Amino acid sequence: MTELSNTWFAERMGDHGIHSSYLEDHHPAHMPCLEIRRLDWAHAAEEAKRQAMRLVAIWAVEIVEEDASKQLYTYMALAHKEHRHVLLRTPIHHENPEILSISKHFISACRMERHIQDMFGIQVRNILDARLWIKHEHWPEDAHPLLYDFDGKTPMLSDPNRADIDYEYVPCDSECVYEIPVGPVHAGIIEPGHFRFLAVGEKILNMEERLGYVHKGIEKRMQGRTADEGLKLAGRISGDSTVGHSWAFAQACEYAANITLPKRASYLRGILCERERIANHIGDIGAICNDAGFAFMHMQCARLREDMARLHAEIYHHRLLMDNITLGGVAHDLSVEMREKLIQQTRDIAAEIEHLRAIYADTPSIQERVIGAGIVTTDEAKDIGLLGYVGRASGHSPDERIEEAYAPYDDLDVAIPKGKLGDVSTRMWVRFEEIANASRMVIQCLETLPEGDIQTPWNLPETGVSGFASIESWRGEIVTWVHFGENGIIECYSVRDPSAINWLGLELAVRTVPVPDFPLVNKSFNCSYAGHDL
Amino acid sequence: MLRIMRQIIKVGTITEPLPTADGFEQLGAQLKGKIKQRFQGSLAIRFVDAGSCNGCELEVHAANNAYYDIERFGVSFTPSPRFADMLLVTGPVSINMKTALEMTYEAMPAPKLVLALGDCAANCGVFGQDNYAIAGSVADIIPVDAVVHGCPPTPTAIIQGILQVMDSHHHAG
Ligand code: SF4
Repeated sequence: MTELSNTWFAERMGDHGIHSSYLEDHHPAHMPCLEIRRLDWAHAAEEAKRQAMRLVAIWAVEIVEEDASKQLYTYMALAHKEHRHVLLRTPIHHENPEILSISKHFISACRMERHIQDMFGIQVRNILDARLWIKHEHWPEDAHPLLYDFDGKTPMLSDPNRADIDYEYVPCDSECVYEIPVGPVHAGIIEPGHFRFLAVGEKILNMEERLGYVHKGIEKRMQGRTADEGLKLAGRISGDSTVGHSWAFAQACEYAANITLPKRASYLRGILCERERIANHIGDIGAICNDAGFAFMHMQCARLREDMARLHAEIYHHRLLMDNITLGGVAHDLSVEMREKLIQQTRDIAAEIEHLRAIYADTPSIQERVIGAGIVTTDEAKDIGLLGYVGRASGHSPDERIEEAYAPYDDLDVAIPKGKLGDVSTRMWVRFEEIANASRMVIQCLETLPEGDIQTPWNLPETGVSGFASIESWRGEIVTWVHFGENGIIECYSVRDPSAINWLGLELAVRTVPVPDFPLVNKSFNCSYAGHDL
Repeated sequence: MLRIMRQIIKVGTITEPLPTADGFEQLGAQLKGKIKQRFQGSLAIRFVDAGSCNGCELEVHAANNAYYDIERFGVSFTPSPRFADMLLVTGPVSINMKTALEMTYEAMPAPKLVLALGDCAANCGVFGQDNYAIAGSVADIIPVDAVVHGCPPTPTAIIQGILQVMDSHHHAG
């Protein structure tokens, strides 16, 4: 790949006196990484905001340099609709580890900055909310697991002195307001997290999320692994997005190693990813209806989802499509007969969903529940940078399949639904539309599947290189950054699931919603706890 | 309404007879019998995700779909541990979920049956026991009656696992 580097944002920063230098060991060149001075950090974010860029992620790493010294850096990834992604990084002093917060410019940075504080002990100055986040109160105070010298192999013991310290939820002194704590163990078959409601009568005044319960140390766990081992782990960051996460991880490694996929392999990945999208939307549509008492849809959708899982087991050897993406390709090729089966089923399911959609649209009892429920306005959605179907339902629709246009989407007719009202009903509408669009793309891929290999041989990335990738999973954009040390061993790693941003949208959506409607609104977002907590 | 009825009739009953291979049918009948005998026909399960990737949850949901229809054996999922006969736990136990899992277990009445579901619940899976954020496998935290492997286990394996707990002599009587 001898692409020219993308210098657009470096020039914009230059206009404002922010000097940056291009880092050649960061791939790919069209998503450049620029090093800036620490004192320009917040200023650069401000400029990005002015350029109508969105914040993709902010994270920190500790890298062992060639001379064996350790260096802390913070990274910020930004995206512009046309000029695509740019990464900024700045070195952090070891003796006085601190950085200025950018949460004033990008509100979604706040929780990621809290993650940096928890994991590295870097102090983020002027942060809008300085409370602990992933680091729960019972952790030893000096535990910062992502520091290089932290022992990541021994289970941490709770600090008895800190066990009683409670998280300070947003208080309310008014006598008419009551508090409802929910979780971490929820009533249904769902993931754990805590919600703190402040309610007046039936209405929610404020809802606060407290997450981190399923934190499994994934970022630390990646360190010291081969890319192959890492890929298996990436496929288990959030089980329902196994294709999306594996693809993002593999793509970041492939960029780092400078290898490109055979065309056939990228088509096969597209089929996997779009089938994952269809299966999850179908499951969610059923579950959303079920939360509003319309069990009929739930039974029908669960049946269709099961049909998909069974065909996946037959063709891809896994009901949820885990471990189907390899470094440089895919695990399974499709015979003509399998292609026929997939085309047939995709077509049948799309038709059945259209039929169910008509029934759903004609049923007043469900329509009354979803219309106008749990609204996120366009301004709010843009402010937070909401992703995927949640963003699309609120008039904010970044889509990497169009903007980054990675293979195979450069060959496909990608259409995305653009909603505006931002209520449960619009999120449902977006999901129905996405099933139709994804089905069309699956069939297009299957019918025009190029001949050739399904695998480019993997070669080890050079020491010290990094790869960054952005993939449009069913929930929205997943970004992964991987940095390699010697012998192709992963030295540092960061991932941002769309849920890390979309969870914020839920807090806004449920204000003034009746408490009993919370499950319905929550389901329409269906953020991943596992993907957020890592 | 008519359309809903038509769709229901068109799809018909899709619930499958129990697979006959590996003596499953007998086990199914046994389970129903056991549930009848020990729990008056109804086994209430409380589900806890102690740190899973959510893949296991998808398959627990699938065990409830019309094909498998786990309810036909008398199995139901309850929102409270207070009414639960069995705890179904997925995931390695994260340090941030350890207390919640212990409290849920404490809140259950006897016989406190526990099924550890999936490779993670069994032995921490890809996340590993040598991990600062993982307190251990489910059996390291609370007593476990049966373990189902798989990443994730299939709905059939889940149903088999529940049978296995019912069969365990750990809480006999
Ligand atoms: S066993 Fe597999 S599917 Fe289940 S929680 Fe663990 S990684 Fe996820």
